[in-house]
Amino acid sequence: MTEELLKVQHLKTSFRIKDDYYAAVDDVTLTLNKNEVLAIVGESGCGKSALAFSIMGLHTKAKIEGNILYKDQDLANMSLAKLNKLRGKDLGMIFQDPLTALNPLMEVGEQIGEVLMLHNKNMSKTKRVEKVIELLNKVGIPRAAHTFSQFPHELSGGMRQRVVIAMAIANDPEVLVADEPTTALDATIQSQILDLIKELKDGSQAGIILITHDLGVVAEMADRVAVMYAGQIVEIADVHTLFDHPLHPYTRSLLNSIPNAEREGEKLHVIQGIVPALQKLPRKGCRFSARIPWIDASEHEENPELHEVAPGHFVRCTCYKNFHFPDESKEAAHHGIS
Amino acid sequence: MIPQIILLSVLIFIMAKMMPGDALSGLIDPNIDPATIEAKREQMGLNDPWYQQYGRWVDDLLHGDLGQSFRYKMPVTELISQRLMNTLWLSLATLIFTYIIAIPLGIISGRYNDSLADQAITGYTYLGFATPLFIFALVMLWLFGFHFGWFPTGGSVAPGMEPGSFAYVLSKINHLLLPAISMSLIATVGTVQYLRNEIIDTKQKDFIHTARAKGAPETRVYNKHIFRNSLLPIAAFFGYEITMLIGGTVFVETIFSFPGMGQLFLESITMRDYSVVTSLVLLFGIASILGALLSDIILSLVDPRIRIK
Repeated sequence: MTEELLKVQHLKTSFRIKDDYYAAVDDVTLTLNKNEVLAIVGESGCGKSALAFSIMGLHTKAKIEGNILYKDQDLANMSLAKLNKLRGKDLGMIFQDPLTALNPLMEVGEQIGEVLMLHNKNMSKTKRVEKVIELLNKVGIPRAAHTFSQFPHELSGGMRQRVVIAMAIANDPEVLVADEPTTALDATIQSQILDLIKELKDGSQAGIILITHDLGVVAEMADRVAVMYAGQIVEIADVHTLFDHPLHPYTRSLLNSIPNAEREGEKLHVIQGIVPALQKLPRKGCRFSARIPWIDASEHEENPELHEVAPGHFVRCTCYKNFHFPDESKEAAHHGIS
Repeated sequence: MIPQIILLSVLIFIMAKMMPGDALSGLIDPNIDPATIEAKREQMGLNDPWYQQYGRWVDDLLHGDLGQSFRYKMPVTELISQRLMNTLWLSLATLIFTYIIAIPLGIISGRYNDSLADQAITGYTYLGFATPLFIFALVMLWLFGFHFGWFPTGGSVAPGMEPGSFAYVLSKINHLLLPAISMSLIATVGTVQYLRNEIIDTKQKDFIHTARAKGAPETRVYNKHIFRNSLLPIAAFFGYEITMLIGGTVFVETIFSFPGMGQLFLESITMRDYSVVTSLVLLFGIASILGALLSDIILSLVDPRIRIK
């Protein structure tokens, strides 16, 4: 039985550029269940991080519309004081770059202790220090008592990310938002950190929103996957369906872009063009159409919506139905490559 | 630091020697036989190569002898020591006022950037940058010294006071206030802008998101995370502030006829009192070097990343 933990409904996060607001997250609706890893994938600039920051209420200047429901409370329309009671306690966040996510002037232990102190006013100082050391042990930091009084610059990237994780899980949050937690780390450390997050989830039954652009990470970690393009969710499905039967052209293009050892020697698929800038984003029609110009315009919906093609599997727009990749040989000839 | 001071002393000495004339030119009765003057020169060692003269000068310096002021007819050490405390107090008062003004203004301006308050403060800093200190000090002197008569217009203490008495101390402070405030109002603008920019910069750093994600209230985010990180460069700025103070005291002391080293410096230049000028330049130089050292020490105290173990 799945238990709904967090419901994002029609979330729209807009940023002001000059005098207009542009939506970086445009009408996103999704649900996070308990003890589930929901991966959100997409290229840079798709609005993944903007979504994560919106859930945590970390945008200070953006306009947020829609609802983010957690335990019958709406995070999107809540006073800062109330939100601060939830952030760090029920909601934890792991940041992208551990090199900059820690205050350079505070001892590591003090920084983890801060989140304990903010939500447990009665905890004594000795108790807090004990708990921090326990947390440091939990995230796999050797010599925790020694690390407690170290400064961030004295730790390696992987160690710092462990500290960031310790901070995020200090109060056993029910929702954990991980914004590209391994992007800034090298490959060996990456898998250690992912294992750690998985382990922690299995222990706490928390729901995790994992933002990433790495499909390898998705395959390893996720239960369900939402694919974002230009601020919208274009496809959402459980991880097996998504990898075995991807439907949306964007999802298929992403999967097709993964280098494959079996197809060695073949030309690697590249998605044409780039994600349009926020101001230049077309707000009408299929947003991906510009990057698949060989697909006839009639294939797209005028106002693309999410269609449920199978239970729990949603795809936006009708263009997936007759989608095909361009003929590689023709394309090569077209570009004058022999 | 020691090599810096040695280099400084060599430079000052060479520059002093390069100035036309010496202790015997222009000051003596022109009827005296040039041969006698030349003999005197030889006797005083003025014809020796510069490094020998430099050696003697440094030797005297190390024995606390900075030479004689021909204008005041007294040893330079004595002359300077009379003025030293006045300038020290003036500088200290200016520093205190500088930070009393800079820290709140910088914090308001940085925290609420692009607000009306920020625009007003930024406007003031640009005015401050554009206003020459010697004009501003004159206006302050005229306005608050003469027009309103709130502050004394010159000197460092009212005449006839018993040194050490409470009234004497009060009078000293009273004489300090106007020059110190005038100087700090101008000197502070750099620090205000610096602090403002640092706060705006720090506000966008990732660890501020971390602090917010922990559920820290805004006051705590600012006090605990933003301000401390923003104050680091201000600490580093401190030494530079001392160097600027020296430049400032030269003008301000002259305008407020405040008997300090800055005033003495300007007087000595106009009177060609070389031994005083070289001694003061050396002192100012050493003060600047010490200021830089002080900055480093302060920075190493507040920033764990450069703490010396």
